[in-house]
Formats: sequence, structure tokens, C-alpha cells
Amino acid sequence: MTTRIDTRFAELKKQGRSAFVTFLMAGDPDPATSLEIVKALPKAGADVIEIGMPFTDPMADGPSIQAAGLRALKAGMTLKKTLELVHGFRKDDNATPIVLMGYYNPIYIYGVDKFLADAKTAGVDGLIIVDLPPEEDDELCLPAMKAGLNFIRLATPTTDDKRLPAVLANTSGFVYYVSITGITGAGAADSTAVSEAVARIKRHTKLPVCVGFGIRTPETARSIASHANGAVVGTALVDALRSSLDAEGRATGKTINAVAELTASLAEGVRGARAAAE
Amino acid sequence: MNIAKPNSYRSGPDERGHFGIFGGRFVAETLMPLILDLEKAYTDAKADPAFQTEMNGYLKHYVGRPSPLYFAERLTEHLGGAKIYLKREELNHTGSHKVNNVLGQIMLARRMGKKRIIAETGAGQHGVATATLCARFGLECVVYMGAVDVERQQPNVIRMEMLGAKVIPVQSGTRTLKDAMNEALRDWVTNVHNTFYCIGTVAGPHPYPTLVRDFQSIIGNETKVQMQEVEGRLPDSLVACIGGGSNAMGLFHPFLDDPSVEIFGVEAAGHGLTQLHAASIAGGRPGVLHGNRTYLLMDADGQIQDAHSISAGLDYPGIGPEHSWLHETGRVTYLSATDDEALAAFQLLSRLEGIIPALEPAHAIAKVMELAPKRPRDHLMVVNLSGRGDKDVPQVGEILRGKTK
Repeated sequence: MTTRIDTRFAELKKQGRSAFVTFLMAGDPDPATSLEIVKALPKAGADVIEIGMPFTDPMADGPSIQAAGLRALKAGMTLKKTLELVHGFRKDDNATPIVLMGYYNPIYIYGVDKFLADAKTAGVDGLIIVDLPPEEDDELCLPAMKAGLNFIRLATPTTDDKRLPAVLANTSGFVYYVSITGITGAGAADSTAVSEAVARIKRHTKLPVCVGFGIRTPETARSIASHANGAVVGTALVDALRSSLDAEGRATGKTINAVAELTASLAEGVRGARAAAE
Repeated sequence: MNIAKPNSYRSGPDERGHFGIFGGRFVAETLMPLILDLEKAYTDAKADPAFQTEMNGYLKHYVGRPSPLYFAERLTEHLGGAKIYLKREELNHTGSHKVNNVLGQIMLARRMGKKRIIAETGAGQHGVATATLCARFGLECVVYMGAVDVERQQPNVIRMEMLGAKVIPVQSGTRTLKDAMNEALRDWVTNVHNTFYCIGTVAGPHPYPTLVRDFQSIIGNETKVQMQEVEGRLPDSLVACIGGGSNAMGLFHPFLDDPSVEIFGVEAAGHGLTQLHAASIAGGRPGVLHGNRTYLLMDADGQIQDAHSISAGLDYPGIGPEHSWLHETGRVTYLSATDDEALAAFQLLSRLEGIIPALEPAHAIAKVMELAPKRPRDHLMVVNLSGRGDKDVPQVGEILRGKTK
């Protein structure tokens, strides 16, 4: 079975370049603006779109993404509305892969089977669930694979060679390498360490490896993308969004452009990188 | 209840950390190797007689164990029913049962060569115990505490700082225990190489619920021996308060396979179960948070709801996974006490027995006030007096003055 993710990475490989992967929170700052932002991303240069599912207690996220989730929840965002957002995006775009990223509890409460069926119908291609390590694969990973969704696993600097095979075993779509030990938005990725880590992961898998956490500027994006199959930027985009809001945290006329402009400049950085060696 | 009775209530968890459907290891990949290391270190330590010998030495000479099992004569007379015994965990060094677990975890941290200890705390009792043992063993100590709790438990904040710990007020979310735990987890993910996370209750990812339970089981084991000495038999009932549930699990676990012993856990009903409260079993349902599946307070979308209790130590929207399982198997009965009931019990015990309890076990005393009069005079009831009330004196004083105005 081939998903939009597989197709997209195959195309990029032919073009000889790495993917630019964006992350924003669904419903931030409100559901309607959030849909318009997501719709603007492919044109601005996003190759793969990650959409955060808001959660009250995001234990792996830094202050920026925590605040984005709370803004979305305050604006009435729910998991059902997140799936509606993807559905809305799919009306105009049937090619750009959509990955939902978040924590397990809202999915568990929604009901795993119902969630997978509804996500597939809405046009979701993959899932990244931060608090589901391979030890809990029965919960969602195996059912997701059966439902035809990619389950994208995080590998981290603490995932050593002994553990990597377990982490990669049921991973599909791509591998998300977390470039630092820490929460989102903290620290800066070191390009030498990242290149060694990506090479190490590639010894264990043929899947594309994307790198995230700690990438904020077009320069870092370029340098990271030259060592990997993709670079993920989240906090910097969320911060650009937040800076465009009014004092009450509501969207302004500048909000969509603020995100699109930063996306375009980061995408240019990634496109300037040479393709990762396969 | 809705699941089959097991052959033993004491054999859990399974090798993946499950008590029935509860428990598990729901953590970020960064932490997974650390949790597996901890599990291995704990298994090794358990098999090492030197570990137990060293711990017993500190429990006796540093903590001051065994803690007395005290017959509360005037409380018994006043309530006119069951004979009430208090397990005096409030007499331990640092003033609560928390030190039993912290000692065990700090000794594990030393075995693992970790030099930096982090902890979350609600009422500050776990934070104080952690700061104390870090001082004793020369370890760096960072304690995360909700900003609301920093305000209402000032005496403990000052104690932690005097002991050399760094107390970080947590401003995110509801600024209470749940958020302190989120922040501690974020610290741990960031400082994996040198940091040991000393969890204060029987919750979190496997193996924490098990190892905290094991370190706290000394409460129930001593109670069994002491009751045998004074009454020549098992108690008829046990009562303990529950936030995450470590003092309760420590008292209950050694008695789970003694079917004649009735067991009651008391959650915090805050303003009442139809309003803001912290009773996860009474008002919640199974979900996944902080590394385990357990009963949680949440909305229809799976978002975690704010808990409320007068007691900072019970102000948490979840409960340890083994308690969720004991609830579903029906072995333990979970009740709840409101803020007002706990305040009344706080005053009653102070005046009748000359013991000022912490607000947390005051919730247990509140239910003893209901349960004891309905039981015969030869019924032996043990309540875990898990902490002393010094830390609550300023807060309760202010509330009582406000009420008499």
C-alpha cells in the first residue's frame, strides 16, 4: 500500500532534494484561520504538513507549542474538528501528505477504530503519537497500519543501535529523528551530530529520515536538510503565528501571511540544500 | 464490578507494567531507554541483600521506623464504634510517609550513578523528603511545584530551600501538581544523561507504580506485625486518603489477599462531586496521562480537567493505575470526602488526640467518622495518618478565621 507520504518522498528523490516539513497546531488561533493557514502552506513551499492535535498536557512540548494548544482549545478545537480541518484541506489538495501529531489520550477517548476510520476518510496519511513508544504498539500503531495509515516513529539521541530495530520495526512513511534530548523549541540542532545520527539510522532502514526539534532559521534548515531527507520546523512557525495575533490572542489581517512568509523563506533554505545521500 | 476476580491481588503488574488494562509505559521515546534502565536497576537491587540491609539501616536510624501503631482512645470513644488505630507515618523524619519511597529511589539513583535528582510535589511533602535525602547524600535537587501550591504550602517551600534544593514554581496549566509533573517530565527529557526522576506517588510509567508501592509497603507490613502484637489478629478494616495513592497502596498492599480485611480509599471531593473536585474514580474514567492508563478527570474530548482540593497533595486529576484496577476488581472501596469534611476532621483529631494531621489524611479521618460508628466495638480499624499538619497550619488558620468572622 502506498500513501501520499510514500509518493511525495519518491517524487522528491527524483528531483534530488529534501522535504520541507511544517508543523502547526490545529485550531490555532481559531478553526477557520487555521484552515486558511494550512491551505496556504503547500504554495509557500511545504512538502509535508504536520498538524498538531491540541492536548491540555503536552509533556514533550515547550512553551510555544503548549500555548498554541491552549489557544486552540480555548477557541473550541476538538479532535473531531481537527479531522474536519483535514477534510477541508483535502477539497483543494489531494497530493500534499498530512500527518497528525499529538498525544494518545484524545484518540483513546475518541475510540481508536472510529478515529482511524474517520482519519482515513478525512484524508490523513500518517500519525505521530509522542507518548506511544514501540512497547505500546498494540494500542494504535498496529491498528493504524491495518487501516492504511503510516505510523511515524520518533527516534532520539537516546535510541541506541540496540534499540533502533525495535523502534523501526513497525514504522512506515518516514522516520522522525528528534535532533536534541529535550522539548520542542529548545536548543539548537548541531549539524555534525545530526549527520552522524541520520547515517546511523539509515544503516537500519530504507525509510526517509526527517529531522526536527531545534530548527528555526533558513540557514539551519539548509544545513540539516543537506544531511537528511527532510527538515521539520514547528516552534518557529508557531511563534510567527503568535506574533501576528492581537492582544487578546485573536487572528489579525497579518496572521496568514506571517506564517506563509516564514514558510517560504525556510522552504527556500531547504531547497538550497543538496539532496541527502541515499 | 466488571472484571473477573484474580487468584491473587498481589501478583501484578505483568512484565509490561499492566494491572489489568491499567498502567503501561506511555512515554516519549527519549525516556524509554531510561525507564528500561531503571527497571533493570530495580530488579538487580531487589536481588541484592546488601541493598535491603543498607536501606533497613537508614529506615531505622534516619527515618525513625518502625512508626507506631497508636490506639486513638478518645477518637474511638467519641465515635462510639470501631476501635481506631492510627498508623503514625506523620512521625517519620520529614513528617510524612513520602520519605519511605524517596529513600528507596535515592538509593537506586546512587546505584545508577545519577547525580541530579528531580521531583514533582503537590503539598511539598514529597519535595521535602527528596530535598532531605539529596542533602544527606550530596546530590543536586530540583523540585517542580505548581505556583498555586507554592503559595498555599509556603512552610514546605522554605524547608526545601533550607535543605539546599532549588524549587521551581510552575506557571503552566492549572499551576498545581499535574503541571508540576508535566514540567518534571520536560526536565527529564532534556537532562536524560545525568538525571534521576524521583516520582512521589504510585503513578507514572512502569516501573514507578510498582517500585513506589514496594518501598511504601513497609507501612502495611509493619501494621500487620504491630496489630498481631497488640490484638493478636488482623485488622478488620483499613482507611487511607488518595491523591496518586502511595500512602494508601503502602498500607493496603500487604492485606490485599486477606479477604476478611475491608479496605477503603478516600479521594478528595473538593467542593463536592457535582462541582470542582479531585476524585478520579468517583468522577472520572480510564484515560492515558503521565505515562500510564488510569482513571482520570477529563472532558468528552479527552482533555484533562482541572482538579480541586483544599489539600495540595490530593489536588491531582488522576490516581495510580493499581488503584484503578483494585476499584474495577472490587477489592478496594473508594469513597470521597469534601474540603469541609476534611476541615472538620482536621479539627476533631487535633482536639481529641492532640495530633494535628495534614489535610491529606484528614480526608481519611473524615470517612472514619462515618464508618466507625456503624461498626461494632470489637472491629479493628486502621487509618493511615500519612502526614502531619504543620505545613497546613497557616492555610487552615486563615480559613477558620475567615469562617468565624
